Amino acid sequence: MQDLVLLGDEAVALGALHAGLSAAYGYPGTPSTEIMEYLIGEGERRGRSGGPSLVASWCANEKTAYEAALGASFAGKRVIVTMKHVGLNVAADPFVNSALLDIKGGLVLAVADDPTMHSSQDEQDSRFYADFAMVPCLEPRSQQEAYEMAVAAFALSEELAVPVMLRLTTRLAHARASVEVGDARPQNPLGKSANRPGWSLLPGYARKRYELLCAKQSEMERRSESSPFNALTGGSKSTVVITAGLGGNYYEENLEDFAATLKAKDGGAGDRRPARLHVGFYPAPEKAIRELCSGAGQVIVIEEGQPFLEKKLRGVLEQSVPIRGKLDGLLPLQGELNPDTVRAALGLPARKSAPPSPFPLPGRPPQLCQGCPHGDSYQAIKEAVSGYDPATVSINADIGCYALGALPPFSVPETLVCMGASISMAGGAADAGIEYAIGVIGDSTFYHSGLTGLVDAVSMHRAVTVVILDNSIVAMTGCQETILPSPKLRAVVEGIGVEPEHVVVIEASKMKLAENVEAIRRELEYRGPSVIIARRECLEAFRLRKKKEKREAEAASKSASASAGKGRDGAAGCGANSEGGRA
Amino acid sequence: MTYDIILAGVGGQGVLSLAAIIAKASMIDGLYVRQSEVHGMAQRGGAVLSHLRIADRPIAGDLVPSGGADMILSMEPLESLRYLPYLKPEGIVVSATEPLVNIPDYPELEKVLGAIRAMPRSLLVDASGIAKEAGSPKAVNMALAGAASLMLPVKLASIERGIDELFGAKDPQAAAASRKAIELSRAAHASSAPAPEGGRR
Repeated sequence: MQDLVLLGDEAVALGALHAGLSAAYGYPGTPSTEIMEYLIGEGERRGRSGGPSLVASWCANEKTAYEAALGASFAGKRVIVTMKHVGLNVAADPFVNSALLDIKGGLVLAVADDPTMHSSQDEQDSRFYADFAMVPCLEPRSQQEAYEMAVAAFALSEELAVPVMLRLTTRLAHARASVEVGDARPQNPLGKSANRPGWSLLPGYARKRYELLCAKQSEMERRSESSPFNALTGGSKSTVVITAGLGGNYYEENLEDFAATLKAKDGGAGDRRPARLHVGFYPAPEKAIRELCSGAGQVIVIEEGQPFLEKKLRGVLEQSVPIRGKLDGLLPLQGELNPDTVRAALGLPARKSAPPSPFPLPGRPPQLCQGCPHGDSYQAIKEAVSGYDPATVSINADIGCYALGALPPFSVPETLVCMGASISMAGGAADAGIEYAIGVIGDSTFYHSGLTGLVDAVSMHRAVTVVILDNSIVAMTGCQETILPSPKLRAVVEGIGVEPEHVVVIEASKMKLAENVEAIRRELEYRGPSVIIARRECLEAFRLRKKKEKREAEAASKSASASAGKGRDGAAGCGANSEGGRA
Repeated sequence: MTYDIILAGVGGQGVLSLAAIIAKASMIDGLYVRQSEVHGMAQRGGAVLSHLRIADRPIAGDLVPSGGADMILSMEPLESLRYLPYLKPEGIVVSATEPLVNIPDYPELEKVLGAIRAMPRSLLVDASGIAKEAGSPKAVNMALAGAASLMLPVKLASIERGIDELFGAKDPQAAAASRKAIELSRAAHASSAPAPEGGRR
């Protein structure tokens, strides 16, 4: 046993490692990114100093990541796939289908939801996806549980032969606490599934597989009833409480005060703490819920995310027990929970605070870094379109740091929807009659899901101008390497069929503003698809690269001066480098 | 004992390492710690907030409730005012004096500092001056940690050990400057710092 201080994300990663993980795939997305970062670090460490082989790699997008995970599971290995909630929309096709497969090596999908949209486009709650796909979902509420549930999820996946979802939310993913960890289990041996019909979803096979998945539901429910992650505690029944996820923590934060007010109201001797069920294993334990609510005056549902449990409880018909929660406004329907909103829902008065600022404070929204190449690209686009009637121009941007260009001082993009949408939306706008349709997309987002939009544009010979902001890195999520290196981009774009004379590489800098404006104007006037690659390294990536180079140079000079007999170490180091983290 | 801290600043100022040092020191002291951070888009030059909870018993949640913070510890004066609703009525504000002006409507600095001084218990720290004196302009957050350490329920020795454990191996020079900044800051504020609650020090 050992105590470590870990982010919720890191606790998931370590739990997976201790469960005998062989492979990990994902696409960076806040708040899930640090799961893979931890695993990639561990993979590199093992590459240098030995240990069971671990493949941990970012993928082009969540769908390819999930499919790679399926391949590893088919081969008998335990595998985790990580993404943020909206990433699961991209991976939904393999995810939902995989519920029908005969999962061999444990497959865990760790998905991090972002209520309040700290760094996201929506608040979707992944528990609906697990329910929809009819697979179990585990939801930790502490770093310790994140570790334990990751371990448990792999066993569950193999025992039921289904993928298992591990659902996190922002505040757990990005908070640190001490975690007590156990011993590591060995990895699974290589041994592929012999069950071809279990892995081939031809309609005839798929119908049988679906029948089997339906039959597995009662086993999932049985396990849910006895799961230690679903804790039923007895108590007063005038109000009973169902909590889930971080809602359970904020409830406990206020429990002492809540019990005191109940005691004052109800009278009676002894503890007046309400009877309560905390749900951490889905499908939710229906028997336990019925037992909790039988004879209850009312039930309050406190869950992080959308009102998933509450909706199930309410159904359509009239209830014998009043159900309170997000759907009747007791708790806010939007945004993440916090100790204050839960406190108010329990009818407790707000705590006294220091007086607020004596004068109104200006906001400080996030912004592009000083000197960011995206700023120079937006300036060029802004000036390039300045001569046109705005009604004839449509500027569609995409997901990444450069989304911040929608805010002052640039205020350039008119639309921001989802990964890859910029290019396809520009295409639709051009089809609708917009003369100057522009799609602005980052290099990583382009590989994620901009490629297919460009294929459409070429196939229909749409008059769209795509600006790929090539800063060589996935900047927003902490500078992961773009899936293919910068020099490959031009060939990829030309390979899709954009005419070489309409693939223009420019340097995104202030010095080159006038000629960049000129280049963009020229391509805007071209009545077919063109691509401008605006290239300059992200400043943060530059800083990190210099730091790393300095560190490596120091290490190299140290090992060179140490002795000449350490060739094996050096060779291992080189091998790890040439892989570039993308096996 | 529970001690809740709101750490504030602007993305890129080093709020997270400041939180990490105090968290580390608390754990060296054998206390329970929960530390909530902000990553991703929210930290790109915008307002940054970290919740740090320290206690001698298990802590239920990662977030400090409104009116629950014993201290606001801010790398930037305007940002210290943003989170006052988190502060207990008798809570302490410790803030660096130097503003980070990356917005067009930043209020007059004297007005901001005046509001902090007017708090019942507050301490303004010339953190960048102290950092320079300590030999590393990057040690601004450590100058702040030094001033806060006069009131925090963690031992100075634990903070110093935390610095060594977190940065010592990677960058011994930075670790030395950090320790120096803490020492200078403590000396500069030993008499002006508000008394910690219940005389704890």
